Amino acid sequence: MGRYLLRRLLQLVPVFIGTTFLIYWLVWAVPGDPFAGKCGERPCPPGFVAMMTEKFQLDQPLYVQYATYMKNLFQGDFGTTFGNRSINEIIATAYPNTLKLAVVALAIEAIIGLTAGVVTGLRRNGFLDNLVLISTLFLIALPIFVIGFVLQWVLGVQLNIVEPTVSSEMRLSELIVPGFVLGSISMAYIARVARTSISENRRSDYVRTAIAKGLPMRRVVGVHLLRNSLIPVVTLLGTDLGALMGGAIVTEGIFQINGIGRIVYRSIVTKESATVVSIVVILVLVYLLMNLLVDLLYAALDPRIRYE
Amino acid sequence: MRVSKRTSGAVALGAAVALIASGCSGSDDGGDAGNTADGAIVIDGTQPEVPLVPANTTETGGGAIIDYLWTGLVEYPNNGGAPQNAVAESIETTDSKVYTIKIKKGLKFHDGSEVKAANFTKAWNWAAYSPNGAQNSSFFADIQGFADVQSEDPDADGPQKAPPPKAKELTGLKVVDDYTFEVTLAAPTAVFPTKLGYSAFVPLPDVFFTQTPEEFGKKPVGNGPVKFVSWEDDVSIKLTRFDDYTLRDKMKIKDVDVKLYQEDTAAYNDLLAGNLDFQQQVPVSALAGDKWKNDLGERAIQSTTPSTGIIAFPMYDAKFKDPKLRKAISLAVNRQEITDKIFFGNRTPADSWANPLTPGAVAGNCTACQFNADEAKRLFAESSGYQGEMVFYYNADASHKDWMEAVAQSVKNVLGINARAEGIPTFAVFRQQINAHKMTGPYRAGWQQDYPDVENWVNPLYVKGGSSNDGLYSNPQVDTLAKEASGAANLDEAHAKFAEAVKIIDADVPSIPVYFQGQQSGHSDKIKKVELTNVGEIDITSVEL
Repeated sequence: MGRYLLRRLLQLVPVFIGTTFLIYWLVWAVPGDPFAGKCGERPCPPGFVAMMTEKFQLDQPLYVQYATYMKNLFQGDFGTTFGNRSINEIIATAYPNTLKLAVVALAIEAIIGLTAGVVTGLRRNGFLDNLVLISTLFLIALPIFVIGFVLQWVLGVQLNIVEPTVSSEMRLSELIVPGFVLGSISMAYIARVARTSISENRRSDYVRTAIAKGLPMRRVVGVHLLRNSLIPVVTLLGTDLGALMGGAIVTEGIFQINGIGRIVYRSIVTKESATVVSIVVILVLVYLLMNLLVDLLYAALDPRIRYE
Repeated sequence: MRVSKRTSGAVALGAAVALIASGCSGSDDGGDAGNTADGAIVIDGTQPEVPLVPANTTETGGGAIIDYLWTGLVEYPNNGGAPQNAVAESIETTDSKVYTIKIKKGLKFHDGSEVKAANFTKAWNWAAYSPNGAQNSSFFADIQGFADVQSEDPDADGPQKAPPPKAKELTGLKVVDDYTFEVTLAAPTAVFPTKLGYSAFVPLPDVFFTQTPEEFGKKPVGNGPVKFVSWEDDVSIKLTRFDDYTLRDKMKIKDVDVKLYQEDTAAYNDLLAGNLDFQQQVPVSALAGDKWKNDLGERAIQSTTPSTGIIAFPMYDAKFKDPKLRKAISLAVNRQEITDKIFFGNRTPADSWANPLTPGAVAGNCTACQFNADEAKRLFAESSGYQGEMVFYYNADASHKDWMEAVAQSVKNVLGINARAEGIPTFAVFRQQINAHKMTGPYRAGWQQDYPDVENWVNPLYVKGGSSNDGLYSNPQVDTLAKEASGAANLDEAHAKFAEAVKIIDADVPSIPVYFQGQQSGHSDKIKKVELTNVGEIDITSVEL
């Protein structure tokens, strides 16, 4: 286990360097001079362009820029934007918001998705099963921005039950609707995967044995059945958490949440390479660690899986 | 001009001239005086791209905040008329070259220090000095000695650094006493006093020069009707009434919270739910079928703004050398249909070269702006003709596709030229190609005036070397007339000369004015009275609750 963990952690190093360089190169290769459109329908004054070019080393070759960036990165300095904002600060304010939203979304999709999956998996072909089948199909078919706009319009503007946008305090009550929107599609998938997995295992020998030896149904489902059926669901949830922590450009935009997705989008558009790379660096780390965590969770759920 | 970042390079949706007092029954007005006096409003804005330094801000997000925080020498009335003195007591000149500017005594910055003549001259010197890299530095090019405070990078993008400029200060600025200074221009410029209302010319307090511009810009100190309270990035900027303000436009309410939105649809929903008190431009999605008017009722504000959507010709391309061809193309564009069908009547067809709201502009002086298919065909037949495909270019990251395609289709239908529209992915790439003079077809341009005078619609756009004459149009007659106009002894003479210059421009058709921008704003129930400024921003000093 220890050696496995060490090996996995060491693998992170080349992946980390490779991805950062790739992203740096890609942003650098996005066509367009960052100062061409800055001053509207007229070119920027040469004094401004000269100052910015020198400050951000834009006249240096790519590898020099990348090396300087990495040097600062290892000293914990992500650099500044063209507007002279500290990227460390931007990430420090935006990331907790994204995390909160991700956790709420994950909780909603896990609770609702799993419950629906278990209930329908145990009672297949009933009314409830068909209802879940149709409603999940509906959710999967709808693009996320449609769900977002509709809920915002109906709940926020028409019925006025919730505020249409999230305030800067990010209260939990405000996050339920955006969390639901963000988690809705995964929720549908989780319900379906859980249903299939449960109904499949329901007919397996060990469940029959458990029932035959007189265990109460609660224990059969709660301990034996659920634990074995959870592996595919955990995989889904794990990768989803990785994706959710990468920010949600659409959901954050609709509900005015100051999260990482919005910032990445804006930075790509304005060619703020330092910001894009810095955030992606963090996302890469998060994603790799989440994957590692999921792999370790398998072993906890299924004792047959061993890591050496 | 300031560029709007939310629409990535669309012409900044600016400007309204109408005085809008929205309906409210007179009965409850009497009891509301107290509400107004310590009232607070939330208005929409966007995150300023750079710290709030007036001479370094060229986009609408930061520009609006700077307009609230500062008052300049002159101010532009909300009705778009001629500028009036604000901080200035008087601006006098005998030859349009040397100006003596007296400022009012006893005016204060928000930190309590007095506004003196040196606060202007030092601010302007800072902005003009090229190593400071101010984005608005070109506004000071009129002043004597500007060339000496500039330095060019000898190899542009290369590793060499620009040498320091020859001089540190503009020779044309001289402080006479604490409340008087003298400005000597490089050449007579009648419109100079009008320019002084632009935000690049505001005074900076002494504290600006004791810290870095970045530090100052995070906690700006101005001299306007509101002072800065706090700024939470991407969330909000809070402003409050400056009680020691003594000029005309005092605040009637107390607090203004500028909420920084990324999506205009989010702001619009907040407006409908009563969480937002003013939105300058409602989203495009609300314009279709006049949905916004149904949603907002009496709280909807329709206004026209001094900006024009233009299609410019790359005059450096031999294909577009013939003025007859250019005029034929312009006459082939059905502007009325485009504004009706694509903009739902929210914009109006352009029929003059300068926006008609501008002082000195002549309404309807663009004879090339009519839709006249027969005349277009006749001129096209007389012209040198056009071989191959004609591509109209636009930046695809803002909503220009529909109307540019309509223009191309209109030209195709009338003249039989194989015309189509093509998007260039981003505004940055688009501008890069325009700046490098590499366009191979007519391209979308737009112009919002920096200051209200017809000069701003001629010199930057159609005079050789003009800051936005990207198509490299050049006609010696226009240049001469514009130079005479700029150097005229007074504005009336200047306007008369500019009118002559525009006549020649009208015959040459270096660009195609297509539509005058309109603005659709909305406010909450809470606001009983509001006016928009000459560029369409909310005039926060007019707000009554």
